[in-house]
Formats: sequence, structure tokens, C-alpha cells
Amino acid sequence: MFNHCADPSLVDGLSWWSCYLTTGKHINFYQSFLVVFALLLLTVPIILAFGFAGALARRSRMLPVRWFGLGYTSMVRGIPDIIFFLFVPIAMDQGIEYLRHQWKCSDWLEPVRQGNDFVVCTAAKMPLGISPQWVHETYGFLLATLAFAIVFGAFAANTLHGALGAVPKAQLETAAAFGMSRGQIFRRIHLPQMWAYALPGLSNLWMILIKATPLLFLLGVEDIVYWARELGGTKTARFAYPHPDWRLGYFLVLLVFYLGLTWVSEKFFNNLTRRVSKGQTTIGGTV
Amino acid sequence: MSCAQTFTDYAFRALGYGERALPKADISLCEQIVLIGSGLIWNVYFAVVALGFGFFFASLVAFGRASDRKWLSLPAATFIFLVRGSPLFIQFFIVYETFVLLPKVGWDINLGFIEIGIETRWLTRAWLGAAIVLFLNTSAYTAQIFYGALKSVPRGDIEAARAIGMNTVQINRRIIWPTMLRLAWPSYTNEAIFLFHATALVFFSSFPAWQQRGDSLYYASYFADKTFNPFVPYPIIAGFFILFTILLILLFGWANKRLNRHLS
Repeated sequence: MFNHCADPSLVDGLSWWSCYLTTGKHINFYQSFLVVFALLLLTVPIILAFGFAGALARRSRMLPVRWFGLGYTSMVRGIPDIIFFLFVPIAMDQGIEYLRHQWKCSDWLEPVRQGNDFVVCTAAKMPLGISPQWVHETYGFLLATLAFAIVFGAFAANTLHGALGAVPKAQLETAAAFGMSRGQIFRRIHLPQMWAYALPGLSNLWMILIKATPLLFLLGVEDIVYWARELGGTKTARFAYPHPDWRLGYFLVLLVFYLGLTWVSEKFFNNLTRRVSKGQTTIGGTV
Repeated sequence: MSCAQTFTDYAFRALGYGERALPKADISLCEQIVLIGSGLIWNVYFAVVALGFGFFFASLVAFGRASDRKWLSLPAATFIFLVRGSPLFIQFFIVYETFVLLPKVGWDINLGFIEIGIETRWLTRAWLGAAIVLFLNTSAYTAQIFYGALKSVPRGDIEAARAIGMNTVQINRRIIWPTMLRLAWPSYTNEAIFLFHATALVFFSSFPAWQQRGDSLYYASYFADKTFNPFVPYPIIAGFFILFTILLILLFGWANKRLNRHLS
């Protein structure tokens, strides 16, 4: 990056560091922090959508839908999230390829599962074998996002279901007495008041979500954990910048990053709680 | 191979007993169930050790956090912030790398009747190192829960205890601690479930599975890799975890009933 970095063996001290920290791989490392934020920003709307769907399903007047909602929200209580993170991407991948196989290669007679192999015709591969590398990476990242959304959507559904139930009944009955329709009651009375009750649970969920982001590494995404291990490992004299095992240092950087992120989030949610509970008939709202 | 034979071969494979080689070809459903169940021994072990020791340490940290003395409350608050503010996954890496960098030494400790050798290299093994990480993790989360409950112990209870002449130690042990547990128990149950689920992370972070002695998720992902069929091993392990989570909830529910038995 800098001119004096042309021959790394000649620099030392501060200029060595300035060269070392601006190598191409380090730039990749810095960019991978954006992957974390991309995941958070992408998943949050999907999580809320899944959460609302789950919560409304649990309140549905149709029994099978209610059962489905209950099953969806209960599963995260019994099954570790990491199992979903490992299962969902590969299951989705195989499911999509199977459907495309049925659609594109219906003349194919052999079974898809042959012993320990999963075989689909070339045209059904997803993404196609000829696709460039970034398509493969994006596809993998999207499957990971979906896994996160499914798990945390179930958590959110639990929270939202509880919050919807916590709104005082008298408020809804008054609205009904005014002659509001079910939809109006939900949109104008139920939903706006629900947020104050949902916020503690949702902020907690956000904290858990932040702390689950390093698991992206397990899904094969080149995230900050991947680069920290890559860059921190021992570099012998064959490398331009030889150094001993520095992984501990790199992980301490990640630790500081996460501590900062959770700290800022906590401040933000404290502010938001104060604002949302203004005018509510709760202890926090009387001020 | 019959399923009974598979059971004797692999039921304790996770601890190193039985058949050495893992099944490679023609993997049967029975083999998957037995081996994943065998790995569950580790999950239960980690959960019992971390929760068992963590419970008492968390009580100490919670009381320290609530203390008026700065030199007690500050370290407790820092510990809670550091652990709760960072991902468990990163904590595993950091602690493992630290343990790896420690000098390899051993001590012999003479207990009079028996001599025990202690070596620092055990710390890089999952059974000790990962158990320490999980112990510290659950201690911090539990301490925060206990601290919150401590703050909501009714003032009248403490005044009444003082009025009948209890000293501070008695009040802490007989009034505050039990009331704190009672108030914290529902949240603590949740934390216990989370911790139990977190044990599945052990062999996916930095701690290597020595001689392929892994936990249930280690074997489940092994089968998913070998058969390239995720639809069998993952539902099996999910079933195991649901079963044990229900057991955990029943156990904690029983404890909750005991804690509240004086209330109508």
C-alpha cells in the first residue's frame, strides 16, 4: 500500500506495522467486519417477519395453524441453535437442487440418493458449476442468513406472542365498544401498545443475535473469525511478514469489537425503552 | 451387524471404550442413534459440571456485585460485562489459545493418602478447558440474573430479620439468598437450558476431539458429512436434545416447587 513497503524485509518498527496492517489480507479482514453488519441488517427484517407470522399463527382461530405456531416457537427451546445453523443451509441446498432436478431433468431415471451420494443432473446444480466464485459465496451467505432468520424468528415469535397478550384487555374492549373492526383494533390499538412490552425481549434477542454472528464461520463464510485465524497463525520466514502465533491477539481484537457493539446496543435500547414507554400505564411510563 | 452388537461397540465410544474405528460405509440408522447418543454423555457432563460449580460461584459474584465495597463490586461487574458482552464462540477461542501458550508443566500434589499429578496440558483438553469456559460463561449470566433478583428482595423481610436479632451473615444466608433464588428461578431455568444447548459448541470451536471422542453434534455432523444426508442425523440429535431439555425443565420445576413450598 505504502511505497516503503515494497520490500518488507527492510522495514522495521513502526513502519513495519504500517506495512503489516495494510496488506491485502488485512484489508480483507477489515472488510469482513462488514459481513457481520450485513448479516445483522439482512436478518432483522426477516426475523421480525417470521416473528410476527409465528406470533399471529399462535393466536389464529384455526387449530392446525395454532399448532404450527406452537411447534415453531417451541422448537428453539428444545433444540440448540447451532444444530439449525448446520442443518438448514445443507437441507435447503439439497431441497432446492432436488426440486430443480425434478423440473429440469424429468427424463433422469436414476434415484437422487445413491448410497452416500446426492446426485442431480448438471443443469440442476445450484448455483451452476460455471457460475463465478462470488455467486457461490453469496448463495452460501444467503442460506446462512435464512438459517439465522428461522432460529431467531422463533425467538421473536415467542417475545411478540407474549407482548400481544400483555396489552390490557380493557384497551381492546374499549376499542371494540367504539365500533372498530378487528383489523382496526389490531392496527391502531393492539400493535402500537405492544411494542412497549416487546422491547425488553427484542433488545435481549438483538444481543443474542450479535453474539451468534461468529457462528457464520462454521457455515463456511469468510467472516472475521476466519480471517483472525488465517492472519494470526504462525507465519514462517517464507512469508513476507513472519511472526509467531498471534491468534490470541487477533481474537482479543474481536473481543473488543463485540464488547463495543453490545455496549452501544445497550445504550441505544435504554434510550428507546424510555421513549416507547412514554405515556404507557406502566411503572416506566409514568415519568 | 445387529443393533445390540452396535450398542456394545459404540455406546461408550465417546469416552474411548468399544470399537475404535467409527462406521465408514453402509452406515445404519442404529449406528447413528447409538453413536450420537454416546456423544450426549459429553453434553450432559459439561452441563452438570458448569451448572453445578457455576451456581455457587454465581451466588458469590452476585453478592459481590451488590456489595457496597468498591473492590468487590467492581471486579464482579467487570467480569459480568466481559462475559455477557462477548460471544461464547470467541471466548472458547481466546481461552484455548491462552491455554495453549501456557508453559507445559506438571505438579505432584500430595494429599497424604494419595498423590495426584496435575499438568497444565490438561487445560488444552476439552474435558477440563471447555468445562472451565462454560463454567465461567454460565457464572456470569447467572450472576446477572441473581443480582437482579437480589435487588428485588423485599426490604421488609430484611428489616424483620434484623428486628428479631439476626446478624448480617444470618440475614444473607437465611433470608436474602433463599429469596433471591426463589425470585430468580424462572430466569435461571432459561439460562440452564441455554447452557445445555451451548455445550454443543465445544467441539466446533477450538477444542479438538481427541481420538474422535466427541459430543453428540460432533458425531451428527460426522454422519452428515459421510452420508451427505442431513435429514437423518440432525433430527436424531434434535430428538435427543428435546428429550434432555424436557428432563432439565422437569428437574428445575421440581426445585422451583421446593423453593416455593412455604407459599400457598
